[in-house]
Amino acid sequence: MGVAEQRTVAFDVATTGVDAAGRAARIPLGVAGEDLEPDLGGEHMILNLGPQHPATHGVLRLVVVLDGEVVLRVIPHIGYLHSGFEKLGEYRHYNQIIPLTDRTDYLAPMSNNVGVAMAAEKLMGIEITERCKVLRVIACEMSRIISHLVWLGTTSIDIGAFTPFLWTFQERERIYDLQEAWTGARLTTSVTRVGGLMADVPDGFVEGLRTFCRTFPKTLAEVDRVLTRNAIWVSRTQGIGMMTAEEAVNWSLSGPLLRASGVPYDLRKDRPYLDYETYDFEVPVGEHGDVYDRYLVRLEELHQANRILEQALDRLPDGPINVEDPRVILPPKSAAMNDMEAMIFHFKQVMEGVKAPLGEAYVPIEGPKGELGNYFVSDGTAKPVRWRIRPPAFINLAALPKMAEGHLLSDLIAINASVDIVMGEVDR
Amino acid sequence: MNPAVEALRRRFGGAIARATVSCGDTIVYVDRRRVREVLGWLKEDAEQRYDYLADVTAVEYRDAELPLEVVYELFSLTYKRPLRVKAQLPEDQPLEVASVVPLWRGADWLEREVYDMFGIRFLDHPDLRRILMWETYAEGFPLRKDFPLRGRFSRSEQVRQALNVNPEAHYSLEELSLAESYYDLPEDMRERLARGERGTIPAPAWDEERETGDGSG
Repeated sequence: MGVAEQRTVAFDVATTGVDAAGRAARIPLGVAGEDLEPDLGGEHMILNLGPQHPATHGVLRLVVVLDGEVVLRVIPHIGYLHSGFEKLGEYRHYNQIIPLTDRTDYLAPMSNNVGVAMAAEKLMGIEITERCKVLRVIACEMSRIISHLVWLGTTSIDIGAFTPFLWTFQERERIYDLQEAWTGARLTTSVTRVGGLMADVPDGFVEGLRTFCRTFPKTLAEVDRVLTRNAIWVSRTQGIGMMTAEEAVNWSLSGPLLRASGVPYDLRKDRPYLDYETYDFEVPVGEHGDVYDRYLVRLEELHQANRILEQALDRLPDGPINVEDPRVILPPKSAAMNDMEAMIFHFKQVMEGVKAPLGEAYVPIEGPKGELGNYFVSDGTAKPVRWRIRPPAFINLAALPKMAEGHLLSDLIAINASVDIVMGEVDR
Repeated sequence: MNPAVEALRRRFGGAIARATVSCGDTIVYVDRRRVREVLGWLKEDAEQRYDYLADVTAVEYRDAELPLEVVYELFSLTYKRPLRVKAQLPEDQPLEVASVVPLWRGADWLEREVYDMFGIRFLDHPDLRRILMWETYAEGFPLRKDFPLRGRFSRSEQVRQALNVNPEAHYSLEELSLAESYYDLPEDMRERLARGERGTIPAPAWDEERETGDGSG
């Protein structure tokens, strides 16, 4: 560090006050020339961002090397929320794993529940009922809506718009009320069971969701009016954090991040599950792969999720929610207390669990953040040998240094927000 | 069975050990020494085009006779077909397999996680460090079957270690050297950092005359 050239800066900054004797006086505010700033030009600065910082969306720590305000290098540090879910899963029955999935991507718990139940069902060769399929679609799309709403609200705060946050969180609260009515919990839903659901939807749920679907687009239109053509929003997001289509595929991005780069890969269309191929919806695709396109893609996905919800409500058939297999599904409590056979099945399921055949299954679903995969390997016992979550946010976050390097520090915040991470899933 | 299996057998012969179908998914077992070659061909070949690497993970079975497996979950965006490729790592040989980061940059963190959790080394990986566990984590590899659910160390030992962490070891020495800030720190702090189980700092290439902050501690 060289010695700085001597500079003299004359200050005459003072404020009115009182001196020791209580008389009115001018109090000088500072003396210049004592501690001159060292010459910082040409030196790189290392800056620590997080792990406790609202703009990192959880306990993410970024070590940033700066040249002035330009980001030269980003080194993400993760793992602060590591809970060892995959290890825990190896010690649990398949149904006991479901509560763990509430806590991975905790902004969209129902969609995680569906993913893990589908993987277990594929492993065991279980075909779920029609009503269960439609209800699971409803669960997935409700999750997509609340997850995207949190993303929209927090990202707009990161970039400086506060109002959309209030609107989106108000809408999210309405979905949470419905989730609470269905499962008894707002966040830790655990809505699925292997072979079915934990409960059917309660009275009034369908009407409540219909009201939501009818009124929700109004909020989206308001957000659209406030942000999409807003000069500040556009200048803060366009051309920032760009990924070309080839880069996005090469970095294994998925979900809205991949589609914003122009790759129309959506598991609901490309590897359909839960009869998604019979629903009428569009997959929005961006062309520039910047933060703005990611915003547009997610905004349109909210509209499409709303459309899917309406169609699912229209077709919701009557009938059982669980498969008719006493080895997989617990008998009703009254039967377990009165019927000997039902009690035996109940006992065996609780004590021994449901045995899965030898084999393995990987089931990817289109979670709100991207390809959410669940991979089970079974050795024929009631507990999996290996349970792997393919975490979309973790893999998307890996591309953050690539997207952010060369941009300004303030753009790093916008880019990090556009990845839509949730640390519960990144760290698992 | 996925048509890629036949094509792989024709192309690579003995390097393709066996192929099975489980729950409708095709699984191909590949010689661990030729993983990158086979995956590179699957990615580039015009009839295969498995261009999307969905996941890299590993499996250890409860049966100690069975080898560890590295699992590559591929998807062809062109033909909309999935394929699972596995490489088995025999117990008596070093747990090593070639990194596929040169093929897919997305494999970077995935391979780091497998290394962190299973101790499998990926050769030629640009930055093979722990990722979910911290740099100085000393209890081993958590997802291995010989790793107890509660960890190797007792709870009191874990607490003792957590309390004894040097709070100044906030940045790794590598990060400090990157920012050229290391040499601006007070000398006693530099010494403590170099001693703080953080490995050695690479000699600076930009200025030979500066004292070397050699932390051979």
